[in-house]
Amino acid sequence: MSQVLHTPPPTTAGSAPAAAESPAQLAARHGLSVSGARPSLPQYVRQLWARRHFITAFATAKLTAQYSQAKLGQLWQVVNPLLNAAVYYLIFGVLMGTKRGVPDYVPFLVTGVFVWTFTQSSIMAGTKAVSGSLGLVRALHFPRASLPLSYCLQQLQQLLFSMIVLVVILLACGVPVTASWLLIVPALVLQFTFNAGVAMAMARFGAKTPDVSQLMPFVLRTWMYASGVMWSLDVVLADRDLPSWVHTVLEYNPAAVYIDLMRFALIDSFQGSQLPDHVWAVALGWALLAGIGGFIYFWKAEETYGRG
Amino acid sequence: MADTITRPAEGPRSTHGTDTAERVPTVIADRVDIVYRVNGTGAGRGTATAALNRILRRKKTEKAAGVRRVHAVRNVSFTAYRGEAIGLIGTNGSGKSTLLKAVAGLLPVENGRIYTDGQPSLLGVNAALMSDLTGERNVFLGGLAMGMSRDQVRERYQEIVDFSGINEKGDFITLPMRTYSSGMAARLRFSIAAAKDHDVLLVDEALATGDRSFQKRSEARIRELRKHAGTVFLVSHNNKSIRDTCDRVLWLERGELRMDGPTADVLKEYEKFTGGKK
Repeated sequence: MSQVLHTPPPTTAGSAPAAAESPAQLAARHGLSVSGARPSLPQYVRQLWARRHFITAFATAKLTAQYSQAKLGQLWQVVNPLLNAAVYYLIFGVLMGTKRGVPDYVPFLVTGVFVWTFTQSSIMAGTKAVSGSLGLVRALHFPRASLPLSYCLQQLQQLLFSMIVLVVILLACGVPVTASWLLIVPALVLQFTFNAGVAMAMARFGAKTPDVSQLMPFVLRTWMYASGVMWSLDVVLADRDLPSWVHTVLEYNPAAVYIDLMRFALIDSFQGSQLPDHVWAVALGWALLAGIGGFIYFWKAEETYGRG
Repeated sequence: MADTITRPAEGPRSTHGTDTAERVPTVIADRVDIVYRVNGTGAGRGTATAALNRILRRKKTEKAAGVRRVHAVRNVSFTAYRGEAIGLIGTNGSGKSTLLKAVAGLLPVENGRIYTDGQPSLLGVNAALMSDLTGERNVFLGGLAMGMSRDQVRERYQEIVDFSGINEKGDFITLPMRTYSSGMAARLRFSIAAAKDHDVLLVDEALATGDRSFQKRSEARIRELRKHAGTVFLVSHNNKSIRDTCDRVLWLERGELRMDGPTADVLKEYEKFTGGKK
């Protein structure tokens, strides 16, 4: 239904200098480009690269703004994950006794929780990245992928704070520092790529249908329980009568893969034999699939963000 | 808006383009239509079935599913040239801001095309700023959001702070923006936005902020930007500031371009239309 009465359009149309020349021809002659058109993929990557300082500044600003009103201030960056780990330990370690059959349960649990939280909050933030920043999208011109990327970067920074807590917990539990700790870097790079890709895909979803952000917490919670964040999938699935493909699907799901890689890197009692086969290849595969797929999917709708 | 208003006699048409020298166009709008779609209104609003219908059959039954179309801009065409300052006037809800956003490439057009020289920028960084951060960090964030490099922001930093006058009454720039008065915040926002040189600059009623002395300063800054910029578009309800800054005016009414011509002629008709008020 239309809001405006249909009065015949005035004849002002076309005050172009040369009456014979159409606006399109005039534009072409002076090298004007169509406003609001989607840039090509290489162009888009270049624009995004040019905005890298904005992306990092925006992420840091969001992170700092988060606790700026609290009395303890930035201390919450560390206290928050610590409390989180404590709650999970109380419930799953002490009350439910999931720790049976898992050596070094506390490091196992805390690593799982932190790594999972990184993926979970990146995806949640990604879902709202465009729909929650409409003001920004409607006011300024920048490659929109900056938003989900920036939110993921904020989560990465958050994770680095958690890692400080994690290291302290590991040392307190007597886990030795080994060379395998260096594997944190490739594991995090792959996980970040995966997160960013999913976040971009979800950002497009969320921009089109904001309802998705209501649904995501449930999807993510299911995913969390299926990924062995608080328990060892091997131990839990061992005495169940489930078809073997269930086991394979759970084991190779990206969240479980990245969590296990991090545990393998950090905890010496978590052996390589506990990892599924070809785990690094799978981790790389997930990262590339999500990263490239999510980016292209997001770019395809670049010109429509902020509409309506 | 009342529908009983009568159309005034057509004013003189734009005489642009009859000049001898070839003028360089910077923005060309070619029969532009802009339509907003609003979810969850109209018949059957809010009922679960209507919502389901909307989700399941989005494309086919847009109208039936209660999506309302608001035709904000209708068949508007104009050509803006380098060195022009163009005012956009019209009563509230006539589509001025919408048209400006479309020129900036922020809103997609339904029909027609808008051609621009380079990337027009809408003067406004409100949304990029965060009230929990200090003014200082917001200057950086806002500058980067507009596409300035870190060095450019650093270079202009002092200029921005001085122009905003935030530090005139003490060291306020290092306080979080939420502690600023609304006037102070608006001044800082304008100062950040105006720090960049633009090819095509779009200003949406930004001059109405701040106290009298700041308004004077910002008007001067707009004129300065106009010198550097190719073209300036200014949306305002203040006929005086249009008269002071613009040499050509587009008058939009109900989404249609009603008049396009020299400032004095169009404003005369417009003032007649709105009841002779200033």
